[in-house]
Amino acid sequence: MAKTKLEELNTNIYDFKNADNYDYKIKKGLSKEIVEEISKQKNEPSWVLDIRLKALDAYNKLTMPTWGPNLDELNMDDIATYVKPKAKIESNWNDVPEDIKNTFDKLGIPKAEREYLAGVGAQYDSEVVYHSIKDELKKQGVIYTDFDSAIKEYPDLVKEYFTKCVPIFEHKFIALHYAVFSGGSFVYVPKGVKLEMPLQSYFRLNSPESGQFEHTLIIVDEGASLHFIEGCSAPKYNKVNLHAGCVELFVKDNAYLRYSTIENWSKNMMNLNTKKAILETNAKVDWISGSFGSHISMLYPMSILKGNNSSTEYTGISFAGKNQNLDTGFKVVHIGKNTSSVVSSRSISKNGGIATYRSLVRILPNATNSKCSVSCDGLMLDDISRSDTIPVNDVQNNQVSFSHEAKIGKISEKSIFYLMSRGLSEEDAKALIVRGFASPVSKQLPIEYAVEMNRLINLELEGCIG
Amino acid sequence: MEELLRIENLQTKVLDKQILKGLDLVINKGEVHVIMGPNGAGKSTLANTILSNPEYTKIAGKITFDGKDITNKKTDEIARMGIFMSFQTPEEIPGISVFNFLKTAKNKVTGKTIYGVDFKKEIEGYAQSLDMNPQLIGRDFNVGFSGGEKKKNEILQMLALSPKFVILDETDSGLDVDAIRVVSKGIDLYKNENNAVLVITHSTKILENLKVDHVHILIDGKIVKTGTMELAKEIEKNGYEAYKNGKD
Ligand SMILES: Nc1ncnc2c1ncn2[C@@H]1O[C@H](COP(=O)(O)OP(=O)(O)OP(=O)(O)O)[C@@H](O)[C@H]1O
Ligand SMILES: [Mg+2]
Repeated sequence: MAKTKLEELNTNIYDFKNADNYDYKIKKGLSKEIVEEISKQKNEPSWVLDIRLKALDAYNKLTMPTWGPNLDELNMDDIATYVKPKAKIESNWNDVPEDIKNTFDKLGIPKAEREYLAGVGAQYDSEVVYHSIKDELKKQGVIYTDFDSAIKEYPDLVKEYFTKCVPIFEHKFIALHYAVFSGGSFVYVPKGVKLEMPLQSYFRLNSPESGQFEHTLIIVDEGASLHFIEGCSAPKYNKVNLHAGCVELFVKDNAYLRYSTIENWSKNMMNLNTKKAILETNAKVDWISGSFGSHISMLYPMSILKGNNSSTEYTGISFAGKNQNLDTGFKVVHIGKNTSSVVSSRSISKNGGIATYRSLVRILPNATNSKCSVSCDGLMLDDISRSDTIPVNDVQNNQVSFSHEAKIGKISEKSIFYLMSRGLSEEDAKALIVRGFASPVSKQLPIEYAVEMNRLINLELEGCIG
Repeated sequence: MEELLRIENLQTKVLDKQILKGLDLVINKGEVHVIMGPNGAGKSTLANTILSNPEYTKIAGKITFDGKDITNKKTDEIARMGIFMSFQTPEEIPGISVFNFLKTAKNKVTGKTIYGVDFKKEIEGYAQSLDMNPQLIGRDFNVGFSGGEKKKNEILQMLALSPKFVILDETDSGLDVDAIRVVSKGIDLYKNENNAVLVITHSTKILENLKVDHVHILIDGKIVKTGTMELAKEIEKNGYEAYKNGKD
């Protein structure tokens, strides 16, 4: 038992590199030529290139954020925005090139697919290398495919929704995203279809000094239901890598979507990701978000409660260690009547890490009889780490119930002593306390992912005691 | 009789204040010892010092357990050697069930893999004998437990971990009369000729089911008198005034 534990702590299954063995890697930097070249490489319709060029223009005009972590280390001249792996998209793992297949094997993806997923997408650098969905779901009209194929096979559907949830001009990095986006998943669940098992897309960035800009678009039609899981990881390099993905979610009347993410980026990653959901009448979206790794993260999933009676829950955890600044949180806009949101955020910081919970709650004048409750807890494992909360609340009518609770504290020496008096080492004691602290999130995940999350916590705690 | 714990000239300070001022105590296997003393005398300090709580600094003295010098050992090592303390104020650990906690602790203390099903039956048996609501076992550790439930949970852990030596720091305070009786029976259930118990208490109620060997009076960081159950009863009646002469 003790031995297994040690091995678990010492093997970081995420941090293995394959040779930078690409088919095509675009030259570093960002320019019109580069954007045009990406479009050409992808052989995509001209309306997509038009969006890219408009986005590039927006990127050049928009200013850097004036708040949040310092992004000076990010220099687009050092980033290759498109890396095409030596692989084409397959629907059988045996057809995926050996080194790439091994990567996903190590990450446990094919096994998960066999055991409890209804479909899987796997992206390696800028392109999706594997996509598959169970036949019976296809028969019910469920679409689950990579985003490039969706552009070609379902152009009307894509045109109707693409950029309509997260507009090009929303902020500088979303403009960047639309200029160079590549890969990602497209999901359509038809009216009334309820998926029993989750779909999962996994994004792996292997290539150094590059960026990943996948676009995920999900439409859950009236009365349908879906659990979508997103996983991300990358090996560690000495130079900056960039992730600026975008997730657009459309959840129709009476539909349900659970969107779970476990991100475990390497510690050289700038993770500037944008996710948003628009909810129609009586729709519900649950966000479960685990943010591990990355050098800097700016990640604030957002729910727009447009329809009456729509509701959303956000349960998030982030873990910031040495040299990490994780700026995460949740945004919600209540537009419809009787809308409700419940936010529970937890952050852990150690070895000088900074974990900030940044939130926005906006309740518009017409959103009468709405409810919002926010609770955030921060746990600092030592005196040099930081946990902050920066809430912005804008409540524009008085027929609402709104509560906000924030608790930030250091890990209790008394609790550590108590656990040690029961035979646990200092390290085990801290790990137990942290796992307990994280349990509101891990409880929301399927068991396999909860195990995965605990393992990430153990990895983060490794070497945390002198 | 075989010696289990030996404390010699123990001196402890907390922050900059000396609390224990040269304490000696020998406990043999099979014995039940009782420590009584006024508030702030240093009883909990003694318990915490034995378990090497880092908040309590040993400035002199030696502690030997089972023939080994444990004076400078870390808390978890001491626990794994078989010393258990029932806390005067038990901690709450959110997100971990009582059962999972016990399983982890049992695994650490024994170094063996613990099998869920058998262990669960064992725990449920102990809970029953302590008249504990069985649902507590599945709840987050001590979170939202009443004061009495927390104390019973300490005894539950003692039974589950079966240590060689236990220190019960005011386990009886905050318990109703029936609960004290139940806990007292629990201690009796645990007790055998190979282990030993040190009861820190302000009342003799918890001792009713136990065969007490020695009663010590601790005042101002020292043991000022040792006797039998008679001494405990006398204190209960007359208080500590008669023993406080050497004070300050
Ligand atoms: N962690 C601590 N920090 C500061 N002072 C402490 C600490 N622990 C104990 N003390 C002080 O040491 C003295 C002895 O305390 P201790 O808890 O040992 O008393 P006690 O005999 O157990 O009393 P009681 O009967 O009230 O439980 C007290 O003056 C107390 O305030
Ligand atoms: Mg005390």
